[in-house]
Amino acid sequence: MNTTTINGAAAHHDHDHDHAPAGIMRWLTSTNHKDIGTLYLWFSLFMFFFAGALAMVIRAELFQPGLQLLQPNVFNQLTTMHGLIMIFGAIMPALVGFANWQVPLMIGASDMAFPRLNNWSFWLLPAAGTLLIASFFVPGGAIAGGWTMYPPLFMQGGIAYDMSILAVHILGISSIMGAINIITTILNMRAPGMTLMKMPLFVWTWLITAYLLVAVMPVLACAITMLLTDRHFGTHFFDAAGGGDPIMFQHIFWFFGHPEVYIMILPSFGIVSTVIPTFARKPLFGYVSMVYAVASIAFLSFIVWAHHMFTTGMPVAGQLFFMYATMLIAIPTGIKVFNWVATLWRGSISFETPMLFSLAFVFLFTIGGFSGLVLALVPVDIQLQDTYYVVAHFHYVLFSGSAMSIMAGVYYWLPKWTGHMYDEKLGKLHFWLTTIAFNVTFFPMHFLGLAGMPRRIPDYSLQFTDFNKIASLGGFLLGASQLLFLYVVIKCVRGGEPAGNRPWDGADSLEWTQTSPPPYHSFVTPPLVK
Amino acid sequence: MLNFPDRRAGLSFFAARLLIGLIAGLVPSLSRAEYALNLPAPASDLAQSIYDLHTLILWICLVILLVVFVPMAIALVKHRKSAGYQAAKFHDNLLVEIIWTIIPVLILFFMARPAASLVVSMKDTTKEDLTIKVTGYQWKWEYEYLGDNIRFMSNTSTPKEQIEGSQPKGENYLLEVDRPLVVPAGKKVRLVMTSSDVIHAWWVPAFGVKQDAIPGFIRDSWFKVDKPGTYRGQCAELCGVGHGFMPVVVEVVPPEQFASWKKEQIAMAATAAANANKTYGMAELKALGEKVYSANCAACHQPDGAGLPGAFPALNGSKIVSGDKSGHIDIVLNGKPATAMASFGKQLSDLDIAAVVTYERNSWNNKTGDVVQPADIAARRK
Repeated sequence: MNTTTINGAAAHHDHDHDHAPAGIMRWLTSTNHKDIGTLYLWFSLFMFFFAGALAMVIRAELFQPGLQLLQPNVFNQLTTMHGLIMIFGAIMPALVGFANWQVPLMIGASDMAFPRLNNWSFWLLPAAGTLLIASFFVPGGAIAGGWTMYPPLFMQGGIAYDMSILAVHILGISSIMGAINIITTILNMRAPGMTLMKMPLFVWTWLITAYLLVAVMPVLACAITMLLTDRHFGTHFFDAAGGGDPIMFQHIFWFFGHPEVYIMILPSFGIVSTVIPTFARKPLFGYVSMVYAVASIAFLSFIVWAHHMFTTGMPVAGQLFFMYATMLIAIPTGIKVFNWVATLWRGSISFETPMLFSLAFVFLFTIGGFSGLVLALVPVDIQLQDTYYVVAHFHYVLFSGSAMSIMAGVYYWLPKWTGHMYDEKLGKLHFWLTTIAFNVTFFPMHFLGLAGMPRRIPDYSLQFTDFNKIASLGGFLLGASQLLFLYVVIKCVRGGEPAGNRPWDGADSLEWTQTSPPPYHSFVTPPLVK
Repeated sequence: MLNFPDRRAGLSFFAARLLIGLIAGLVPSLSRAEYALNLPAPASDLAQSIYDLHTLILWICLVILLVVFVPMAIALVKHRKSAGYQAAKFHDNLLVEIIWTIIPVLILFFMARPAASLVVSMKDTTKEDLTIKVTGYQWKWEYEYLGDNIRFMSNTSTPKEQIEGSQPKGENYLLEVDRPLVVPAGKKVRLVMTSSDVIHAWWVPAFGVKQDAIPGFIRDSWFKVDKPGTYRGQCAELCGVGHGFMPVVVEVVPPEQFASWKKEQIAMAATAAANANKTYGMAELKALGEKVYSANCAACHQPDGAGLPGAFPALNGSKIVSGDKSGHIDIVLNGKPATAMASFGKQLSDLDIAAVVTYERNSWNNKTGDVVQPADIAARRK
């Protein structure tokens, strides 16, 4: 997106002593954190549209009861791959893209600690993405047992299941290498004077997220390796007939899976905590408590995994422990929301697109938090587990949480990355369409779940018809609105009003001391932080 | 429910307004029963307690929502740059931080107490009046009344034509079965659950019971329903292509009626056993076989026997189906490991298997002319 450098005009910048290869080789061989960040973001956007298109087909099938467009096995492939690709292909790479672009710029480092590792972390992604997309076209089609890959159902599929295991392994390796790079960069390459407690909150959230990644991606790798050996090498880890336990998989999977949820939301907290003070023109309220809140959420994320499994039939003590632990998460999360509101209080607030997305995030993420609290209560969860209520819940935290904070971040930093202002009018239009369509799509799903509609079904009984129609119409609008996002981003990359070094008068972190776009090698001399 | 004054109109307050608008927009059309907004009417004490707990939590959440977002709304309206508001400089207050840490702890404690005692009573499966073993299969339920020698399969009875749209959909579309679970009213029914293939979940919303059925393991749950009637639910855990077509129907009947139903079932089982050695004609077997096929086989192998290429093999023209009888019978009886082909030996009677094998061997382009008798199946079982 860095047009100056795309045009090979990097030499305009006096700082640039690099003789980067031009054309395709520049992107294939780049070790520059900005180029790699850009690659991550474009990859993520592509996958976002691909997995979004799957969701459009799902909503079309669910527009009315009966089977109209799809056979059930294709429907199951779409729901499974929508989830898998959105999580591993869209949300996570987008957040790593932000880390690549912003972490060095925000701590005053010249690049990431391991530039070649960085290149390799990214270029693993297209390989994994290709495997996942190609798995639709092999005999039997893509995996159809849900993105959670529960055995024994997972044992029943064809070659696509092995391709997906391989893809998730590759994605995991990429994430671990990316996380090590981020940790090393943050711990070792901060500008002189930038103590840990002076780091921008976005950097803090990524530091903690990176530790989560290093801790849990190997756990996922173990779980899927056991699936693979169960499938092909005669082991019985998850097969009761051979002395294994199918529920064991769920424990291992969710020991990864719950921290994974926070891997996708903590950097979002970081983005929102950056945007809100900028447009409230007032420092973030309770910086220290924000850091501790993020750390406590990360810690708690390791001891709540079995709340995804209340209906498997745990003993009373187990259910109570995981219920209490889960409810505890509301406390640090609440602190963050209170701090954001206190930051707004008596600020001098303006409503540019990034701010709109961030405010929507605070409100809608809190709705998702409330439904999370409802689901934490074991007896209520027994009713709502595996219904559309859960689908509503995780889209409120993953779409209006992660995805909308990513959009906030893109609008916020696009002027820095490209040197041009985005089209504010279109940005706001995109925001309103997205927010309205999002709520029309997902709010009715709470009602569907309460009324008893199971998730992951291709067809439903007649009492669910009306809310499904509304959700589908909302979904189509939500999907179409994202084309506008693509247009705004491309338009901004190609040109627009010059942004200047610091287009936001309330912004004060180090990246705004650089030109827009920043030189190919920024902070060749580290800045001094007081 | 949420009603903020209009003067706060301003693009700043969009999110709350949007939700309100959405809810308000839906409310007028709520006269139609299809817009169910809440948990279904509880039929058991447990479901009632869950309903009440959910209502309580919802009110608490609503209060918290107002406490947090009314100040945010005020800030967004009053503390705007365009209104000329100058930003304050404060960014820390230890006392406030402590207060808003402690208050949520107290609220959570208040929420957790009723939930915890409810968990304990949900888990208490002792002092049951009768025990029924529920086994999940892809994609049907088996009910076995322990100690009473009653055992039957419960299949979806929604016709394929309704699903594909060539017939109008019935009132209980997708929530109807050929043989419902029958239980006495006012008695504590304990369910022990397991599965023969993948994980399923037995769920009747009105009872407040949802329990995973896990292959190789037994889990239990219970309900007591006083009001006779028909209650409907579905499998809640993704279990393959037929997951959406695996309903649960429970008939709660007065105890006297339950006793006479039990007698009937036992008599029926005796008749079936007496017929085990009978010899059947081709037409008779094919007619029965077609029914067995559409209930058990058609979801994967398709009604026309064409299968789904790559996922489920075709039976039309298949080597196994047109080859040796015993090979065909064996795969139906024992299944094929590591595939979705289940073993039907435990699920279906000799007569059903004989019928479906005969049907498959003499349908579509398969013309073996073989007539398979229940005795042939009994012989292969050894």
